[in-house]
Amino acid sequence: MKHLSEYRSGEIAAGLAERIAALVEPGSSYKLMEICGGHTHAIYRHGIEDLLPAEVQLVHGPGCPVCVIPMGRQDDAIAIAEQDGVIFTTFADMLRVPATNGSLLDAKARGADVRMVYSPLDALRLARENPDRQVVFFAIGFETTAPSTALTLLRAGAEGANNFSIFCNHVLVPPPLRAILDAPDLQLDGFIGPGHVSTVIGTQPYEFIASEYRKPVVVAGFEPLDVLQSIYMLLRQLTEGRCEVENQYVRVVRREGNERALAVIEETMEVRDTFEWRGLGFIERSALGVRERWGQFDAERRFELPGTRVADPPACQCGEVLRGALRPWECKVFGTACTPERPIGTCMVSSEGACAAYYNYGRLERRSERTPA
Amino acid sequence: MDEREVLERIEARRQRASRRLLDERITLAHGAGGRSSQALVEALLLPALRNSLLEPLADAAILELEDGTQLAFSTDSYVVKPLSFPGGDIARLAVHGTINDLAVSGAQPLALSAGLILEEGLAVAELARYVASLGETAREAGVPIATGDTKVVERGKADGLYISTSGIGLVAASSKLGAQEIRSGDRVLLSGTIGDHGMAVLVARGELELEGAIESDTAPLHGLVAALLAACGAAVHCMRDPTRGGVATALNELARASRTGIVIDESAIPVAATVAGACEILGIDPLYVANEGKLIAIVGPEVAEVALATMRAHPLGREATLIGEIREERPGMVILDTTFGGSRVVDTLAGDPLPRIC
Ligand code: SF4
Repeated sequence: MKHLSEYRSGEIAAGLAERIAALVEPGSSYKLMEICGGHTHAIYRHGIEDLLPAEVQLVHGPGCPVCVIPMGRQDDAIAIAEQDGVIFTTFADMLRVPATNGSLLDAKARGADVRMVYSPLDALRLARENPDRQVVFFAIGFETTAPSTALTLLRAGAEGANNFSIFCNHVLVPPPLRAILDAPDLQLDGFIGPGHVSTVIGTQPYEFIASEYRKPVVVAGFEPLDVLQSIYMLLRQLTEGRCEVENQYVRVVRREGNERALAVIEETMEVRDTFEWRGLGFIERSALGVRERWGQFDAERRFELPGTRVADPPACQCGEVLRGALRPWECKVFGTACTPERPIGTCMVSSEGACAAYYNYGRLERRSERTPA
Repeated sequence: MDEREVLERIEARRQRASRRLLDERITLAHGAGGRSSQALVEALLLPALRNSLLEPLADAAILELEDGTQLAFSTDSYVVKPLSFPGGDIARLAVHGTINDLAVSGAQPLALSAGLILEEGLAVAELARYVASLGETAREAGVPIATGDTKVVERGKADGLYISTSGIGLVAASSKLGAQEIRSGDRVLLSGTIGDHGMAVLVARGELELEGAIESDTAPLHGLVAALLAACGAAVHCMRDPTRGGVATALNELARASRTGIVIDESAIPVAATVAGACEILGIDPLYVANEGKLIAIVGPEVAEVALATMRAHPLGREATLIGEIREERPGMVILDTTFGGSRVVDTLAGDPLPRIC
C-alpha cells in the first residue's frame, strides 16, 4: 500500500535518525514518555528504538485501555456475563484479562455466552436479533472509543431497545498524566501525545503539561515515521529550551478536537467523581459513566454487581509499569510467572500493553548495544 | 540484574521448558495454533499417546515398511465459518490441507479419507454442493478420496458441516527432510503473498465493516513441492505450509526444533495490498494470519537461486521470494529486520484473537 510505505520508509527514517543523533548532547539523557499504548506497540513492532541513540530512552505510559481496568471491574464484567440469559459482548483484547476467577475466555468455557465484537453497534445488532436475551457490551477505551459507544446509546434510544446495555469503563487521558507528573519518583523530559485520542479531544487538554509542569508535548500519529518525527520535535524543543504542545499529526488532529464527537459523549455520558485504575488507584474525575437519562442502557444500573474492590495480585507491578516507573523487564515476574499465555497483570494481555509488546517483539538489545553477530 | 541478563534468563527458560498446560478448561485459544495449542499437544496429547512415529510432531508421520518403502500419514479437521468464502470453501480446504501436510513431508499424496459431521437441519442441497466440491477438488489434485464416513449431530452442535480428512503418501527413498536438517547459512524461501486465506475468511464472515476483494489462497502444493525436489534434491532441507498461526508461527516452530536462529527481512515478504489494508485496520500482523496454499522452503545456500527460479516457474510460486536466512546466533528465535530499519523479535502468539479461521 502506498499509504503505508510512505510512512514506513527506511530511507527517510535513516535521515531523521541522523538528525536526532545530531541534536543529542553526548552523555546527557532524555526520558520521553509515549502516553499511548498504540505508540508502545508501534515502537516495538517497527524496532524504532534501534534508530535512536542510547541517550534517548522511551518510557511507556498509561494509555492502554485494557491495561488500566482494575481486577474488580473485570470481576464485575464476568459476573454480568455469567447471569442467565445474558449475551456478553466484548472486544477481543478483554477476553484474556485475568480476574479473580479466571478470564472471560474461562467464563465462556464454563458456559457463559461471551462473544467477540468489533464495534458496539455489532452488540446492538445482536440485541435486535435476540429479543429474548439481555445483550451487554463491555465498553472500554479512552476518549477515542467513547464516541462510538455514545452513538450506540443514541441509536439504542432511538430504537427503543429494551434488552441492550453497556458496561461503561471509558476513561480519560489527562487525569492519569497529572497523577504521573505529581509523582515524586519519576523524571520525565517530555511526552509523545496520543494521536487517536487527540482527534477527539484536540491538543488543548495537554496544555497544562507545558504551562504548569514545564514539559514539552508532541501529539503524534501511529506510523513509525510519525513517532520518530515526534521524538525529533521533542528533542528540538528541549535543546531550544521551549516547552509547548506541538502537533505532529496535523493531517488528522486539530487543537479543538472533534466537536461533534465531544457533543455525543456529553449528551450520553458524564464524568464520574472517581474511578479506580489498575495499579494507579482511584483518580478523581478520570472516567465516564452513563448519564441518568440513558440509565436503562447502563449495565451498572440494570444488573446487580459485586462491585468489590479487589487488590491486584501481590506480584503484579503493572502500576509501576503504567506510570513508567518500571520498565517491563524490571518487573520481578516478567517472562517467568507472567507471560502472554499465563498473564498475571493486564499489561501482558493487550497488544498495546508495554509488557506484552516488549515480550512479543522487544526481547532484543538495541542495535547500538548488540554484540556483533 | 540488567536487561541482558533478564533476557538471557527468560530465553533459556523458554527454550528449555516444554510447554505446560495450566488451564482448567479448553478455550478457543487452544485451537488457535499458538503457544496454547502447543501446550495442549505437548503437555496433554503427546504424553498420553507417545510413540516414535508421533514424537517428531511433524505435519505427517513417516512409516517405514519392511521393504524400505516410506509412507507419510497425516490427518486434519476443518471447522471453518462461513463454509464458503471467496476463493474456496470448507471442502477445498479439507482436501488441500491434508495434501499439503503430505507434500511438505516430501510425500507424493496417494489417497485421502473424508469424515463428514453434519448438523441436523443442514439443507441437502447445500451438502450436495460441498460434496461436489470435495470430489471436484480431489479430482483436480489427482488424489482420490478413497474412503469416508458420515455422522449427524443434533441441531446446534456443529456449524452446519465439519470435515475431517486423512491422507497417505509415498516418500521417495532418498528423502531426508525435517527441522533436524536445517543448517546455519540455509536460505528461507516463501512461495508468495501471506495472509490471504485468514483475511478472506474474516471478511467473508461479514461482521466487519470491511469489504474487499480478498480471496483465499487455498491450493494443493504437491506439484510445486515435486518441482522443487526435482530441481534441488537433498539440498531442500525442510518445508512447511504456514497455515494456522501464519508464517511467524511456522518459522518459530522450525527455529525451536532446529535450535537455530532465523532472520527474515520484512520488505521481502509479499503481502497483497488488500490484505495489508485489512490487517492494518484490524490491527492484525499478517505474519500471524493463516495461509492455505503457501510453501516455506529452507534450502542450502548453493541451490537458493535455482530453488527460487523453480518456484517462480510454477503457477503457485510466481511471487516466490527469498525472505531470510538461518543463523547460529539466537537459537530458537525468529528476528525480523523491519522495513523501517529496526529489528524485532517475531514470537509465537499465545492464542489468536480471531477464533477458528482455518
Ligand atoms: S510482567 Fe506482568 S505483572 Fe509484571 S508489570 Fe508486566 S503485566 Fe504486570
